[in-house]
Amino acid sequence: MLKKLFVFILLFAIGYYLVATFRSIPLGENRVGDIENPTTVSGFYLDKSPNDLKVANSITAIVVNFRGFDTLGEVTVLFLAATGLASILYRKEEDEEEDDNRHHISHRLNLPSSSLVRTGAKILFPLILLLGIYVFVHGHLTPGGGFQGGAIIATGFLLMLVSYKGFTTNHNVMVWLESIAGLGFVGVGLYGLFAYGSFLQNTGWTGNLNDLVSGGFIPLIYIFIGIKVATELTNVLDTLLNIKPRKK
Amino acid sequence: MIDFSIIFEQYKDGITIAIYGTAIFLIIIGLYAVLLKKHLVKIVIGLSIMDAGIHLLFVAVGYISGGTAPIFSQGNEGSAATMVDPVPQALVLTAIVIGFAVTALALSLVIRLYKHHHTANIDQLKSLKW
Repeated sequence: MLKKLFVFILLFAIGYYLVATFRSIPLGENRVGDIENPTTVSGFYLDKSPNDLKVANSITAIVVNFRGFDTLGEVTVLFLAATGLASILYRKEEDEEEDDNRHHISHRLNLPSSSLVRTGAKILFPLILLLGIYVFVHGHLTPGGGFQGGAIIATGFLLMLVSYKGFTTNHNVMVWLESIAGLGFVGVGLYGLFAYGSFLQNTGWTGNLNDLVSGGFIPLIYIFIGIKVATELTNVLDTLLNIKPRKK
Repeated sequence: MIDFSIIFEQYKDGITIAIYGTAIFLIIIGLYAVLLKKHLVKIVIGLSIMDAGIHLLFVAVGYISGGTAPIFSQGNEGSAATMVDPVPQALVLTAIVIGFAVTALALSLVIRLYKHHHTANIDQLKSLKW
């Protein structure tokens, strides 16, 4: 009871100071400033993105080019999360017997889904993959990008995993795709280091604004990120949904 | 096409209270769930709700009255002056991915704890207390 009181006092204090802080930050005010002679970071990005890099989506330009090293770290965090999930949920064979309260859950999971769901999933799966690939290939032109496209592809695999009982992804293909994508990202960064002097430095050639092939390395890196995110999220879903005891 | 800046200027106070209020309310709800709920899955859900509130707050701070998405698509090449701030959006894109990683890892720990103790109630996980 006393704990509850303390928690409510704490929540009230945090809420009060958040409200008091954001009362002095008006919504909708222009904080970017002048674009032609930028004085803020945002103005600099909005100026450089279409004029120097020729990338239409300036958020992609920030995520992949200006803050590319940060994105490399982000992809690493995602990889570590997927690996940590798999290693935490990995169980040795002898633990399986003491699992008595799993039976009613796994019984419900083992019921086959209806033919309507299965046929619909089979038709939708390639279309979802196509949409995901479209989103990450056009990441520098339209809203979306590698992370979003990868998430869309993972939802396609989720649909197949929940509608087909025995559906599993090919582990070797996943590992190879993920490794190639990760090494590709690092390889592009190292190419920038050796050819232009700094890690993840973009090429001088940038093409035209709103072309599919434009922006130097940015589409290439976003395709790598898309493949990597798709395989990692699919691995997470596969690990979480297939915790059933392994066949001996 | 509807000009959103007119609508925004007309109802500015209400929209400000609605957006900031929703975001702060989500943060408070998430913190409440983390601090007071007993079920581990509910605590993880509380973390996710807190994440959502922070993302909303970030994107709201970057909004500019009448601004469009910061994408120089065909016909919008010269409209950089009316675009919203792209930096908070890029940061939120990062934060969403990190939030996913945190949720996945926390859920795997919850599954492991549930298998070991056969309960997800933190009051009954006695071996954690010192």
